[in-house]
Amino acid sequence: MVSKSPTNPVVLVAQALFYGLFAVIIAIFSTWPEYTHLGPDRALIKLSFSYHGEFVTECRERTPEELAKLAPNMRAAKVCPRERSPITVRIDLDGQPLYEGVAQPAGLSKDGASTLYKRFEVPAGEHLVSVKMNDNVRVQGFNLAREEKMALKPAQILVVDVRKDHGGIFFE
Amino acid sequence: MSAKNSLRQGGLALWQRVETVFDAFFGTGGNPLRHLGALGFHFVWIALVTGIYLFIVLDTGIEDIHTSIEYYTHEQWWLGGIMRSLHRYSADGLVLVMLLHIAREFLYGRYHSFRWYSWITGVPVLWLVYASGIGGYWLVWDQLGLFSAIASAEWFDWLPIFSDPATRNFLPGLLNDRFFSLLVFLHIGIPLFLLLALWVHIQRVSQSDVFPARSLALGTFFMLLVLSLAKPTISHGKADLSVVPTVLHIDWYYLFIHPLMYLTSPAALWAMAGLFTLLLLALPLLPHPKQQPIAVVNPPNCNGCRRCFVDCPYGAIAMLPHMDKPGHELARVLPDLCASCGICAGACPSSTPFRSVDKLVTGIDMPQQPVGVLREEMEHRIAALAGQPRIAVFGCDCAADTKQLEGAGTAVFSLMCTGLLPPSFVEYALRSGADGVLVTGCREGSCAYRFGTRWTEERLTRQREPHLRPTVPEERLRLAWADGHEMSHLKATLDDFRQYLQSLGADEKRLRPYTPRRIAHHG
Repeated sequence: MVSKSPTNPVVLVAQALFYGLFAVIIAIFSTWPEYTHLGPDRALIKLSFSYHGEFVTECRERTPEELAKLAPNMRAAKVCPRERSPITVRIDLDGQPLYEGVAQPAGLSKDGASTLYKRFEVPAGEHLVSVKMNDNVRVQGFNLAREEKMALKPAQILVVDVRKDHGGIFFE
Repeated sequence: MSAKNSLRQGGLALWQRVETVFDAFFGTGGNPLRHLGALGFHFVWIALVTGIYLFIVLDTGIEDIHTSIEYYTHEQWWLGGIMRSLHRYSADGLVLVMLLHIAREFLYGRYHSFRWYSWITGVPVLWLVYASGIGGYWLVWDQLGLFSAIASAEWFDWLPIFSDPATRNFLPGLLNDRFFSLLVFLHIGIPLFLLLALWVHIQRVSQSDVFPARSLALGTFFMLLVLSLAKPTISHGKADLSVVPTVLHIDWYYLFIHPLMYLTSPAALWAMAGLFTLLLLALPLLPHPKQQPIAVVNPPNCNGCRRCFVDCPYGAIAMLPHMDKPGHELARVLPDLCASCGICAGACPSSTPFRSVDKLVTGIDMPQQPVGVLREEMEHRIAALAGQPRIAVFGCDCAADTKQLEGAGTAVFSLMCTGLLPPSFVEYALRSGADGVLVTGCREGSCAYRFGTRWTEERLTRQREPHLRPTVPEERLRLAWADGHEMSHLKATLDDFRQYLQSLGADEKRLRPYTPRRIAHHG
């Protein structure tokens, strides 16, 4: 039986070993092994937008019959449906399709913004990035587009976004 | 036996062996493996104090924080740097001991019956520890913090809870100091919730183990201090929203979820986290042994002394005004909290077997193992012992199997918990014909009911009421704590005790025999 006296050298050595091991375990896994999030010579394209599509139908004038059925305080001449168009998006990289999808408008009445966030790892270097979108179901095909040659450095992030105040699709 | 129980029993035997080795060097009171919860609290206190200091000195702006941290890490390394490292390493230590604590409580089967509350309330603690820790990495606002923030946002974006993806916050040009203030608020707010959750977690245990023994507290603190000096915590480069962090020295205690998510998918990570949480929450619902009947108070024999109230490890006894005696109190058992351990019966002064009543009824008793029945059984079995020396062994159902010690000269009484043993039973056994009494049970820290071992030892060494009377010779009492895997140790102790008793003279250190009148009268 080992004497548990704190002055017993065996106890001291055993406790020192324990605390040393404890410290080593904490230290090791607090930084090791290193994690490679993105390989060398790779870059990232982030497709991200929060964008209100066009209304599915245009505003129209109410007929006199329709107006008559409404309460006097509710008789607005115009009726504007709230539902917005989903955003259809397609990205091509060097002529090859990278992504194609549809972002539905948020909200129970589908009157919110369509949002999307996607990340694509691509080789660093020069690429032809082509982005096409449709934000109006009443228009056939893509009504928004941008194509640009981009030189991506290793680890660089290219953000593809769309905003009306930026003139549509833009790269950042 | 189910696979789960086989696994648990095998793991428990291994764990207890390691604990026993640690006992030899730390003592049970300072054994880190037996006080993992207290050690976790200790790490929380260190993180709290160092965190308050860092909050006071650091500049908390999106442009300033990294520079500020770098200054304290490198220029003022002797204080700010050490505080930062202590903060980080105590948080890492917390995860380590928390996971070991969960594993240990599972192995000991402490997750069902009356313990469901502590188990279930521990689950949110797990989430809050991770939320607190991960949020702390964001605050550093280096490449690692940015990586963690984006990875966390991508994970949460999988849930349909944000109108705008949270990840869009980390696009170039969109971040500002208001966002950073939110992070500071979260890293203070979530730890406050953590403290609240910890308080809730320990509500159903009395005398909670929230401060480790001084030796253990000092030992771990100096361990962290040395680690902070030897390997100071340093930052990655300043966060840059235009580039992806490539190679990262991540803290695997907290941030392992991010590589796991990128290896699988956000949905898969939610599935894993959800399943693990559900598994923890479901464990108390799985089939398990039925809880024994709870303690029962016998008002005519309860004098309101409060010893059961003080000794109950789960705060399951309340003292109420006595119905018939003004100014007196009466114990009342709270059924939802009672663990059915019997420690209260061992604490009751009315449990003394020397009482002359024919039928011994004590103030608070266990229906499945009443003190009166124990007295009766003891009288008969000690009287029937043959040979020399005659030994009475009081053991515990949860510890080493004392039934294996049964023999012609040895009478074994296995109790629900050794804490059920009123100290006066030791004297009674010696005066009824036993040459010696061996008391055994779980090692301290292994006790299925927290304080059974500790209270028994303190009662028998006259440090706690009700205590063994001073006239009882210490030579004829042996205490030997032994967990389930230590049967050979217990047998060796009994053999040694037997030889020792033989070496004593027949009348040496012996109490005067006592025959109760009720037995003498009835023959």
